[in-house]
Amino acid sequence: MIQKKETLLEIHDLSVSFRMYDHGLEQTDLKVISDLHLTVYPGEIVAIAGSSGSGKSLLASAILGILPGNATVYGHISYKGQQLSAERQRQLRGTKIALVPQSVAYLDPLLKVGQQADGHKKPYPTEKRRSLFKRFGLPDKTEQLYPYQLSGGMARRVLVSTALITDSELIIADEPTPGMSLNQALEALKMFREMANEGKAVILITHDIDLAFEFADRVAVFYAGTTVETAPASDFKKGPNALRHPYSKALWRALPQNGFHSIEGFQPYAGNLPKGCLFAPRCPYKTSKCEEGIPPVTEVRGGEVRCYHVT
Amino acid sequence: MSGTLKRVIRIFFTYSIKIISLLLAVSIISFVLVSASPVDPVQQYILGLGTAVSPEQRAEIEDYWGVNEPPIERYFSWLSELLKGNLGESAIYRRPVADIIGERFVNSLALMLCAWILSAIIGFSLGCIMGMYKDKLPDRILKKICYILSSVPTFWLGLVFLLIFAVGFRWFPIGFSSPIGVLSKDVTIWQKLHHLILPAFTLSLMSFANIALHTRQKLVDVLNSEYVLFAKARGEGRWTILCRHGLRNILLPALTLQFASFAELFGGSVMAENVFSYPGLGSAVAAAGLNSDVPLLLGVTLFSALFVCVGNMIANLLYGIIDPQIREVGE
Repeated sequence: MIQKKETLLEIHDLSVSFRMYDHGLEQTDLKVISDLHLTVYPGEIVAIAGSSGSGKSLLASAILGILPGNATVYGHISYKGQQLSAERQRQLRGTKIALVPQSVAYLDPLLKVGQQADGHKKPYPTEKRRSLFKRFGLPDKTEQLYPYQLSGGMARRVLVSTALITDSELIIADEPTPGMSLNQALEALKMFREMANEGKAVILITHDIDLAFEFADRVAVFYAGTTVETAPASDFKKGPNALRHPYSKALWRALPQNGFHSIEGFQPYAGNLPKGCLFAPRCPYKTSKCEEGIPPVTEVRGGEVRCYHVT
Repeated sequence: MSGTLKRVIRIFFTYSIKIISLLLAVSIISFVLVSASPVDPVQQYILGLGTAVSPEQRAEIEDYWGVNEPPIERYFSWLSELLKGNLGESAIYRRPVADIIGERFVNSLALMLCAWILSAIIGFSLGCIMGMYKDKLPDRILKKICYILSSVPTFWLGLVFLLIFAVGFRWFPIGFSSPIGVLSKDVTIWQKLHHLILPAFTLSLMSFANIALHTRQKLVDVLNSEYVLFAKARGEGRWTILCRHGLRNILLPALTLQFASFAELFGGSVMAENVFSYPGLGSAVAAAGLNSDVPLLLGVTLFSALFVCVGNMIANLLYGIIDPQIREVGE
């Protein structure tokens, strides 16, 4: 599915750290995303799969340029081959890059849902929004409701609508489906697929690995703030031998349908990261080399992986 | 909409009952306090007469007033007169208390209303500016000014303003609500306003710093919220965010604060009116206290309790109309 054409979004060695006050006035830098690598081509859905606290949502903020003031970003992000500067981020967000946020807390509690989905740009896309609401099975009166009056599933559908209303070329959907019924989730994903077929792209941030396998073209496995492997979704269906990184293999084996095997240890958290490969402390193939430096990105069998012991 | 109206009426009635029971409590407490105080109303009354009174005449007055009756009986006879609308006669002004309160309140109301609106406008706008420029230069300067203003006593500030603007620059009169030596029917509205500006400004200074600091904090909270983050992600600029989300979400706490400040406003007006010799309720209550004018003191106490309660009730009624979440709960 990977088309070797111009990329829509390219992220190289992206690191995000937060300046924090530790004890008293002592400042420390908390690295939450480290040396992340991700490429998104037009026409595809890329899933970013990883456990909670792996920095998935911050990646979305970093791409949009809406990180808090105490965050520092290193590395390169380019959009359509051009460096994504702060100025360009400002122009693109909400017009060319849209975010589907995680929860109803991202809606203004005192603004009616219809107005809110329309966005602030005039002329308001009211007709388009109504047809989207209809397609999602949201009753007509929904537009008159306030966010607190929505059920969890309704809120998600409204949030997805906010992105689909725009003419964005890239949608970053942060956990868009929990709370929706199966049909609604399928409808949302179907719309994402339609968008992808029109040459747009979708980044699907999720911890639902099955969903990622089923609907994405490629899956980036996230671990402790970095992508350890990016592989075609089909590889994840084939099994651990088709996968490249030991963490991806462990993740596959940990799925209920694959035996529920867990591995020792925990994901390291920001501020407590190992020096070399972030997975090294839990890795069965660990050598002294792994503890010295972060392995570079290598292309193996049509996927990208960060590991010295790629098989 | 008819649902809203019904709810407003219901809130109004429940509040009225609360206010009446509160006023009853205030009347009991203030009556007990006055009874326990060393103030002797008979003595004050006799002093006010300006003539010598024989012990027999004094005993007659005491008898007439029921001074020697048990306090509970006295309270109930006072209360029954109160309910008939008779607040008694002021010992220092020699006129019915209700008339004095009515007349003085109009003056005070003009003063307090001006101060209230001024402090709302200045406080809210400064709060918004500070919130928008959090930790930047405008915020740092304004925050310091607010801290200074909220720690400086009103009466002192009033005196300083008098010295600077009335005595120094001679822009404003040094006191009263109208020019000296002009008949009250000849006083123009402009002259009244001219006399009002300095005390109103002083009074507003007392509360606007508070309102500005609260508004700032609330706006900072709103700007750090997830919905503002999402608004940014959708390409809204900072001023769009302020207008579309900021003002909407800080309006309610600002209103609460504004109506809850009725108590401070009343307290502040006592100071301001005394400094500027402004003939309002505040200076009347100070005079009543200093001259042991019990009927006037009790009357003003009850009236000010009513005033503050009404302020809070308005805030509650407005809540129900403005906030959809509270509106829903009420339904």
